[in-house]
Amino acid sequence: MIAELRSVEVDYGRRGRALGPFSLGAAPGEIVAVVGPSGCGKSTALRLLGGLEQPTRGEVRRTVGRGETAVVFQAPTLAPWASAGANVALPLELAGVADARARADAALERVGLSGHGDASPAQLSGGMAMRVSLARALVTDPKLLLLDEPFAALDALTRRRLVEDLHRVWDQTRPAVVFVTHDVEEAVYLAGRVVVMTPGPGRTAAEIAVDAPLPRPEGFRTSLGFREAVAAVEAALALAETAA
Amino acid sequence: MKRVVDVLAPLILIALLLGGWEAACRLLAVPGYFLPAPSAIGAAIAARWPELLHAAANTLVMALQGLGVAALAAAALALPAALSPMVERAVRPIAVGLQVTPVVALAPLVVIWAGLERPGLAVAALAAVVAFFPIFSGVLTGLKSADPDLERLFDLYEATPFQRLTRLRLPAAVPFVLEGVKVAAGLSVIGAVVAEWVAGSGTTQGLAWKILEAGNRLRTADMFAALALLATLGFLLNAAVGGLEREALRRWRGR
Ligand SMILES: Nc1ncnc2c1ncn2[C@@H]1O[C@H](COP(=O)(O)OP(=O)(O)O)[C@@H](O)[C@H]1O
Ligand SMILES: [Mg+2]
Repeated sequence: MIAELRSVEVDYGRRGRALGPFSLGAAPGEIVAVVGPSGCGKSTALRLLGGLEQPTRGEVRRTVGRGETAVVFQAPTLAPWASAGANVALPLELAGVADARARADAALERVGLSGHGDASPAQLSGGMAMRVSLARALVTDPKLLLLDEPFAALDALTRRRLVEDLHRVWDQTRPAVVFVTHDVEEAVYLAGRVVVMTPGPGRTAAEIAVDAPLPRPEGFRTSLGFREAVAAVEAALALAETAA
Repeated sequence: MKRVVDVLAPLILIALLLGGWEAACRLLAVPGYFLPAPSAIGAAIAARWPELLHAAANTLVMALQGLGVAALAAAALALPAALSPMVERAVRPIAVGLQVTPVVALAPLVVIWAGLERPGLAVAALAAVVAFFPIFSGVLTGLKSADPDLERLFDLYEATPFQRLTRLRLPAAVPFVLEGVKVAAGLSVIGAVVAEWVAGSGTTQGLAWKILEAGNRLRTADMFAALALLATLGFLLNAAVGGLEREALRRWRGR
């Protein structure tokens, strides 16, 4: 396991339990999707996996260093005062890497934005800004990539294209990916394994394996296997909601 | 076309108001010492133009000196306050206290401390007092305004405190600081005028003194003349600082 939560619980002061007990691991090269109702603790779980927060109880195991983890948030979270290229170069510059800008340009190329390094975030569309955010996460060649509903604010067409792009860049270096989403089809298309959470404080409600190669073969969206997995995840979600 | 209308609309309104004022003064035969007609005020401005301009320049210089001092002091205090909650708790009540104390009440003291023979210093100091809080508050708020997820990225990549300050907090603070300076610039002129009023001495030679002096002699048209210049000064300063702010923000956003 690259990173693993073992029966973790998180309490936020007087607001009480936000997550758990919850266990989740990501093996090298694996893509895991996490779906669950909003407020069930998905973002909290992701912050724990990234080592950005400590659990109240339970254990977090990480075999990756901090510099080998990357996070993409729901909003692109680009610094508005810096160009796209400077935003992408930031992780390398903080670490004092010499050829940061050249590597940032290469990362922008990987997400299909070569030549946009000098654009300012205000000039980018939502989809382009999210690609820049993805490039910033990829620029350090992370072993663990955590994505927190990264495409939620985009239109359906842009999302599909970004999911394909995510598979393509993942295939180049095969990091472990944990992808939080509330879109069931997106989860099934993207991941080899979908973890369904209960309403908050979130626990594991079900785990559904998606049995098809990654990146997905042509026409996977219309295949029986895809539709069965989507139905299974939706049933697990509905069951978890009514049980709560 | 829209721009022309935007510029013309207030000018037309002012012309209408002045016209009504002029007509009322003539029709009702209002005595000049009570309410001079705009034409009389215009004549007073024309007659004393160099003197009034000089006084306006004095007021402006004293206000800007105050603004500069306030900016330095505010930055020097807000920076440690933003980095340490304890410093913030210590400094904030004093800053707020300074803000809620009317500048008129402080003025006599400051005049004494500055020395009665140096009223210009007292005026600049009082302009600094009123200009301090908006800048202090802007720097403090701005330094803490960075997106929490961006802060998390800096955690993730193990940024040093210095990197976090220079690459995240300071740039994030820019719009807030600009806004604070804009508000403070307007206040600094008000502070300077009030202080000059209290200092009440001809040696400062600002616009407030012109108003006082003309008032003592019941030369109402001259009072209005100085008042008109003061309003124009405030308006121009506001426009200039607003323009600088917009331009700076445009650069900050990179477009
Ligand atoms: N920093 C925090 N302080 C207090 N409560 C929090 C904090 N972060 C999240 N919460 C609460 O914890 C619960 C789970 O939040 P979150 O992990 O963001 O859920 P999700 O991402 O699944 O929508 C929510 O009830 C939220 O209000
Ligand atoms: Mg969330």
